[in-house]
Amino acid sequence: MQVLSRLFGRSRRYSDIDVSIREHISERADELVEEGMPRAKAEQAARREFGNLALIRQHSREQWQWRALESFLADLKFTIRRLRKSPAFAITVLLTLAIGIGANTAVFSVVDGVLLKPLPYPDANRLVALWLDAPGAAGLSNFEEGLRLSPSLYFTFADHNHTFQSLGVWVSGELNVTGLAQPEQAHALWISDGILQTLDVPPVAGRWFSAQDQDPKGAKTVMLSYGYWQRHFGGDRGVIGTSIQLDSQTREIVGIMPRGFRVLDREFDLLVPLAFDRGKLILAGFGYNGIGRLKPGVSIPQANADVSRLIETWMHSYSNGPGTNPFFYRNWRINPEFRPLKQQVVGQVSKVLWVVMATVGLVMLIACVNIANLLLVRADSRRQELSIRAALGAGRARIARELLFESVTLSLTGGLLALGAAYGGLRLLMAFGPADLPRLSEIALDGRSFAFTFVLSVLSGFLFGSIPAYRYSRTSAASALSGSNRTASLGRDRQRSRSVLVVAQVAMALVLLVSALLMIRTFAALRNVDPGFSDPAHLETMRMFIPDLLVTDPVQVTRLQNEIADKIAAIPGVTSVGFSAALPMAGDDPNWDEFGAEGKHYAGGDPPLRLFNYVAPGYFHTLGTRIVAGRDFTWSDIYNFNQYIIVSENFARENWGSAAAAIGKRGRQFTNSPWQVVIGVVQDVRHNGVDEKPPVTIYWPTMLMSPYTRPPSTDSQRAISFAIRTNRAGNESLVADVQRAVWSINGSLPIANPGTMQEIYSKSMERTSFTLAMLAIAGSMALSLGIIGIYGVISYAVAQRTREMGIRLALGAPKHELKWMFVRSALMLTGVGVGIGMVAAAALTQSMKSLLYGISPLDPITYFTVPLVLAFAAILASYLPARRAASINPVEALRVD
Amino acid sequence: MAKDSDSRDLFPGALEIMILQSLHRKPMHGYALVKHIKSVSDNLLQIEEGSLYPALQRLLREGLLDSEEGISAKGRPTRIYRVTAAGLHHLEKEMQSFEKMYAGIARVLAFSRT
Repeated sequence: MQVLSRLFGRSRRYSDIDVSIREHISERADELVEEGMPRAKAEQAARREFGNLALIRQHSREQWQWRALESFLADLKFTIRRLRKSPAFAITVLLTLAIGIGANTAVFSVVDGVLLKPLPYPDANRLVALWLDAPGAAGLSNFEEGLRLSPSLYFTFADHNHTFQSLGVWVSGELNVTGLAQPEQAHALWISDGILQTLDVPPVAGRWFSAQDQDPKGAKTVMLSYGYWQRHFGGDRGVIGTSIQLDSQTREIVGIMPRGFRVLDREFDLLVPLAFDRGKLILAGFGYNGIGRLKPGVSIPQANADVSRLIETWMHSYSNGPGTNPFFYRNWRINPEFRPLKQQVVGQVSKVLWVVMATVGLVMLIACVNIANLLLVRADSRRQELSIRAALGAGRARIARELLFESVTLSLTGGLLALGAAYGGLRLLMAFGPADLPRLSEIALDGRSFAFTFVLSVLSGFLFGSIPAYRYSRTSAASALSGSNRTASLGRDRQRSRSVLVVAQVAMALVLLVSALLMIRTFAALRNVDPGFSDPAHLETMRMFIPDLLVTDPVQVTRLQNEIADKIAAIPGVTSVGFSAALPMAGDDPNWDEFGAEGKHYAGGDPPLRLFNYVAPGYFHTLGTRIVAGRDFTWSDIYNFNQYIIVSENFARENWGSAAAAIGKRGRQFTNSPWQVVIGVVQDVRHNGVDEKPPVTIYWPTMLMSPYTRPPSTDSQRAISFAIRTNRAGNESLVADVQRAVWSINGSLPIANPGTMQEIYSKSMERTSFTLAMLAIAGSMALSLGIIGIYGVISYAVAQRTREMGIRLALGAPKHELKWMFVRSALMLTGVGVGIGMVAAAALTQSMKSLLYGISPLDPITYFTVPLVLAFAAILASYLPARRAASINPVEALRVD
Repeated sequence: MAKDSDSRDLFPGALEIMILQSLHRKPMHGYALVKHIKSVSDNLLQIEEGSLYPALQRLLREGLLDSEEGISAKGRPTRIYRVTAAGLHHLEKEMQSFEKMYAGIARVLAFSRT
C-alpha cells in the first residue's frame, strides 16, 4: 500500500518541489530588486545563485523514486532506443558476446563439475587415496602414481592406525553373470571392509556388507548398483535375499546402492566382498586401491606420519613364504604418500581443463577488446551529443554511467543469449571431450554456471565499457564543440587508445596461436610415433574371462582359449587371431615384477621391476608388432612348458647391446627361479600411451609354472583380450559371429568390451586431440577477431583522414605511398603486439609443458611461423581500407564535411 | 556552470539536524529556511540549495517532516515545512549523539594542545 501511495503521490510531490523552488528564486529576486537591482538582472542573479536548477530538482525528485530502478528504466529505455538505431552494431556485439561468454560458461561448467565441486560423498574433504611411494624399488618409476597396497598392508594399516575413521581397499574387474538371460559380463568392484564406511553412502534397499560377508568361509553375498537393479530386476525390492550366479558361484543379493553412487569414478554393476583369508596373506600383491576417511581434524601429513611407522610392523607380521627375507622391502624405502581423493579422481585432466579455461578466457578478453574498440568508434560519433549534454549540466559521472550502462546492458543481453550457446557448447564438449573425463555425470549447467555467466557478463561489460566511459566522460565541452570537424585529421590521443587495444589484441592472439600451433605440432609428433602395432582400424578387440568354478584346471583353460581362438580365426574375413593378458594402451598392467639378465649385477642387489605381459602364439603377428629377432611362441612351447620368454627391444639393448645378441641369452625372476631363455625380441610397444615411453617388457607364455606358489604350480591367464585382424573390425555382425564362436565351445562364456584397436589408440591420444581442438578453435577465433580489430582501426583512421588524404593527393603524393602509409601503421601495431605477445607466450606456454610431446614450449618453428601469419593478416586487414584511401578523389575528399 | 553539489556540510547528518532544529523552532518555507540558517550561522556555514532541497525531500520521505500548502511573505504560494513527532524524536536522539561526539572531539583537541 505504501508503495502504491508513494507511486501515485509522487506527481504531487514533484509539483511541491517545483512550487518551493520557484518561490525560492522569486523571493530572492524580490530581495535583490529591493536592494536596487533592475528586475531582469535580479532574476538572472537569483537563478545563478540557486545553482543548477535542473540538477537540484532531479536530486530532490530522486528522493521519491526507487532511485536505482527508475534511473535504470530510464537508461534502459534510452539504451534500447539507441541500439535499435544501429542494429548491425548491436547484433555484432551481441553475437560476439553470446559466443564468447557461452564458451566460457560451458568450459566453466566442466571445470566446476570436474575440478571445483567436492566429490559426491558426505564430508568428502576427509577422503584420501592411499598411495605409497617406494623410491628404492628400481623400475617402479614406471608406475605413474606410486605403489598400491597389498592385502597385508591393508590389514596392518586398518588394525593399527590412529588417524583414520575407516579405510579399505578395492579392485575392479569383470564377473560373468549366468542364469539371468544370456550370459554376460558385468563390471564388478571387489571391496574390503571399510570401503562403504569410508564413502559413507547408505544403500537404497537392503544393507551394506557386514563383517561376516568379508569372511572367506562365510555366506557369499553381492550388492547391486542402482542401474543394474533397474535394468535386470526392474527396480523390484523383492530381489533382496534372492540369489544370482556370478562366475559360477551362487551369491545372495543383500543390498542396492543408490542412483549415481560410484566408487571414486568407477561405474559398476556389482559390489562383491573381497573376503581375504587372513591366514594366507603374504607381504606382496601391491595391486589394491586404498581409500580412507580421516578422523575429523586430521591432516594428510599427520596420517602419513601415523602410517609410516606401520611399515616396520608390517614386515614383522608377514612374509613372502618360507625362505624369503621379509625385510627385503626395507630396500624399497616404502613410505605413505596419501593424497586427497579428489586429486585421484580428477587426475591428469585438470591441466587440460585449466589450459582450455585460460584459452577461452583469453578469447573472451580479445572479444572484449574488439567490442571496446567498436564502442570507442560509436562514442566518437556521439562526441558532439555528449559535449552538449555536458554543457547542459550532465555530470561526468552521469555520462560515464550512461556509457557504462549501455555496455553492461549489452553484455547482460549477450550473457542471456550465451546461456543458449553454453547449453549447446556443453553438449558438444561432453560429446567430443575426452571420454575418460572424470565426473562426467556431475557436469551440468546449474546455479553456479548461471552465477558465473552473470558475473562474467557484468565484468566484461564493465571491462569494455570502462574504456570509452573513461575517455568520453573527460571530454571538455569547449574543445569538443569547437574543434570537432575542423581539424584535418584525427586527434592523436583518440587514435592512441584504439591503437593500444589493437596491440593488446595482437599480443593475445599471438599467445593463442602459438599454443594452438604447439598442440598441432605435438599431435603431428604423436602421429609419427610407432605405437608398436599397425593398422589399428582393422583390429577388433574384446575381453573374455574363464572363472575358476567353471573350469578348474589351468591347462583346460588354455586349451579352451586355444580352441576359441581357432574358431574365431575361421570366421569369414578374419585373417589372424591372438590373445594376451592385456592390450597396449588399454590401461591394464597384468603384472610388474623383478627380472634380471644372467650375469648382470644390479645396484642394491635386486634387479628392477619390469612390466610382464602373458601372450599366446600369433598375438604379435595379429597386432602387427614386429619381431625384431628370433621367433614367436608356438603352441607346443606352451603345452610343453618350455622355459622361454620374449623380451622387448629396449630390454635386449639394455642387457646385450642389440636385439640379435639377445637370442639364446637367459634371465630369471627370482634367485630361486629357473632360467628363462630368450627366444624372440619384439619392437618396443607404447603400452602406457603414445606420449609415454615404452616400458621395458617381458612377455611370458600365456600358461606357465607360477613362481608365486610354493612349489611352483601350473598357472594360466583366465582374463584375456583377443586381438582379431579383420576387415570387419568395428562391425556388429563380427561381434555376433565371435560370440557364436565362443558359445559353440562353451555356452556360459560371455565376451566383453568389444571395440577396435583404433578406438583404444585414439582414446590414448584424446587428451592431446581435445586440447588441440579447443586451442585450434580459440586460435582461429583470436585470429579472425584480431583481423577485424586491425581492419576496424585502419578503416576508421582512413575515414577520419579522408580530408588529409585529399590534400596529400592534391599536393601530388603518389597513391602507393598513401597505401603504404596505412599498411605500415598496421604493421607497426602488429609488430609491437607480436613483441609483447612473444614474451607473454614464452612465459605462459611453460605451463603447457606436460601437454606437449616431442617439442619444446619454445619451439622455434612455431615462434617463427605465428608472427609471419599475424603480419600477413595485418597486411591483408589494412590493405583493403588503405586502397580505399588511395582511390579517393581529392575534390570530393575536400568537399566532405 | 554547474555547481558541484558534492561539497557538503561538515559531516553527514549535520544538515538534517540543523533543518529539524530550525523548523522545530518555527515552521518555514524553503527560502526562509536557507536565509535563517545562513543568518544564524553568521554565514560561517555555506548551506547550498543544491543539498537543502534534496535533504528536505529526504526528511519528508522518512516522515520526519510534513509539508503543507502556504503563502510566502510576498503572498505567493509555497510549501511550509514543519517537524512531525517522529522528527522531534529523531532530532533529540541526533542532538544527544552529536553533543557526545562534539564533547569527545573537543576533549581530544584540548588534550592534544597541552
